[in-house]
Amino acid sequence: MSIAVPRGSDGRPGALWAVPALLYFALFAVVPMALVVALSFTDWSGLGSPHWAGARNWTRLLHDPGLGQSLRLSLLLTVVTWAVQTLICLPLGVWCAGPQRSRAVLGTLFFVPLLMSSAAVALLFGALLDPNFGLAHTVGPWIGVDDGNFIGDPHKALWTVTAVITWQFVPFHTLLYQAAARQVPAQLYEAATIDGAGRWRQFASITLPQLRNTVVTSSVLILVGSLTYFDIVLILTDGGPGTSTRILPLHMYLTGFSSFDMGYASVLAVLLLAAGTTLSLLVVRITGFRRMTSQREGL
Amino acid sequence: MSTTDTLTRERRPHRTAAARSPRRARARRTGRPYRRADWAGGAAAAVWLVIVAVPLYYVVASSLRDRSDYLDAGPLSLPHHLVFSNYRTVLDSGFPTYLWNSIVVSAATVALVLLLALPAAYAVVRSRSRFVSAGFSVMLMGLAIPAQATIVPVYLIITRLHVYDTLLAVILPTAAFSLPMAILVLTSTMRDIPGELYEAMTMDGAAALQTLRSLVLPLSRPGLVTIGIYTALGAWNGFIFPLVLTQSDARRTVTLGLWNYQGQQGGVNVPATMAAVLLSLLPLLVAYLFGRRQLLSGLTAGFGK
Repeated sequence: MSIAVPRGSDGRPGALWAVPALLYFALFAVVPMALVVALSFTDWSGLGSPHWAGARNWTRLLHDPGLGQSLRLSLLLTVVTWAVQTLICLPLGVWCAGPQRSRAVLGTLFFVPLLMSSAAVALLFGALLDPNFGLAHTVGPWIGVDDGNFIGDPHKALWTVTAVITWQFVPFHTLLYQAAARQVPAQLYEAATIDGAGRWRQFASITLPQLRNTVVTSSVLILVGSLTYFDIVLILTDGGPGTSTRILPLHMYLTGFSSFDMGYASVLAVLLLAAGTTLSLLVVRITGFRRMTSQREGL
Repeated sequence: MSTTDTLTRERRPHRTAAARSPRRARARRTGRPYRRADWAGGAAAAVWLVIVAVPLYYVVASSLRDRSDYLDAGPLSLPHHLVFSNYRTVLDSGFPTYLWNSIVVSAATVALVLLLALPAAYAVVRSRSRFVSAGFSVMLMGLAIPAQATIVPVYLIITRLHVYDTLLAVILPTAAFSLPMAILVLTSTMRDIPGELYEAMTMDGAAALQTLRSLVLPLSRPGLVTIGIYTALGAWNGFIFPLVLTQSDARRTVTLGLWNYQGQQGGVNVPATMAAVLLSLLPLLVAYLFGRRQLLSGLTAGFGK
């Protein structure tokens, strides 16, 4: 019987259906990933053709004075943005998930920064942080920065960048927590109330454990995202003052497209790729994206 | 054919009702349901409200005053009198071209992504081929690849394809890096279509294409809208691809135009810069006002659980 029925008449699409997307993705994402490794063994200024350079770029890695600094800054930025964003977003998201209409309205305002491009955010805060005419001039003295110079001071620049990045991304993660908190079954709270559990107890024993997966997802997204904090730093500080905000992605960009040293930039890109791949494997594993079933199953 | 149509039609209202009602029912049943950590959350919300509202107010207020008023009266005071000349300045300085370029880039990217992702997601959900599921795994790996890590080879490929400094140069890689998320979201939407409906189609002797057209496409509309929004927002706000892959003023997108604007004006004309920021945001704000729910669910798509 199966011979008589032509292929495809089981109503299922064949592998061919996925080929265009896979080919396209291969050409513009997979091939570049392989190519960047190859380019890391070449000398190329961006014009003409790359020349074979052996492992020269890689040995340079050991002697790059900027590398240690940029790795340290990237790590610091990653850890601090992760901690600050999680501490703000979790309670905020849970609060926004409340049924009160006022909370929904406030939520609408909270999420507006989500729409802004990094360029817009950077320009906005560049103006606000101007030590002469910006808000920094007024606010600085209140918090012990008399000259209001937040981005021009090498000791404060990275913290300022961290604060701006937090401003940009808190809404997104708050939104994640809000969505998750709304899915916590109400029966759990009802039962806890009957048992006499107070608000804090309920938060610690029900809300937090129920949001476990969201904490993981949001954390991984922040970690992965920290590899893309590039445009905002470029516009806000250009890595300065000095090299005090020259994080790894920016170090790579400036090496390639400002010093036109594509070979060494590729070495740095391979480092970024390795970090990104590791983290994306984590995303897939932890969030179970690969599960071949509906997420609504069992509801 | 007609069986599935009826099923489809019956299914839809049922699904929406099921998706919406638990929350409301819950709130009604318990009287005071969400009382956890209200205090901490409320305080955080109040502080955050100020932190979000002040910069947003600043953009709007600054864009509506003239330069000397801004310098004299300080950043947060109300404008002396409303001035629209900043918008004039921005619109006369090439900004309409940038807006148009961004519209073209966003629309083309969305079209390309939808065109590629729809059949691919359909194959991932319904095909029994090993090849497809292996390809899907590779795509998911790409979910978290930072675009700038591949910018050097992408630049090489784009120059070799002789499309450097065209809008196509921006569209091609932007679409590629939007694909994994699009396919991911679409597959999860399509998996929510009950298996019986697929079986009913097969019983009626429908081929894959017909099933796609009369069953999968109508029922995946929410997913399609979601990835359309997600992709459009990403393309509109994209920075690194236009930065590296275009050069001439006529090919600038809005984000680059903003940055360029800062340099052009010596970074000092704050009111005009803020007017530019607001103009770059305007299409998205309008979309937000009218389709907030879909826009927000589009943004968190794929991370829902």
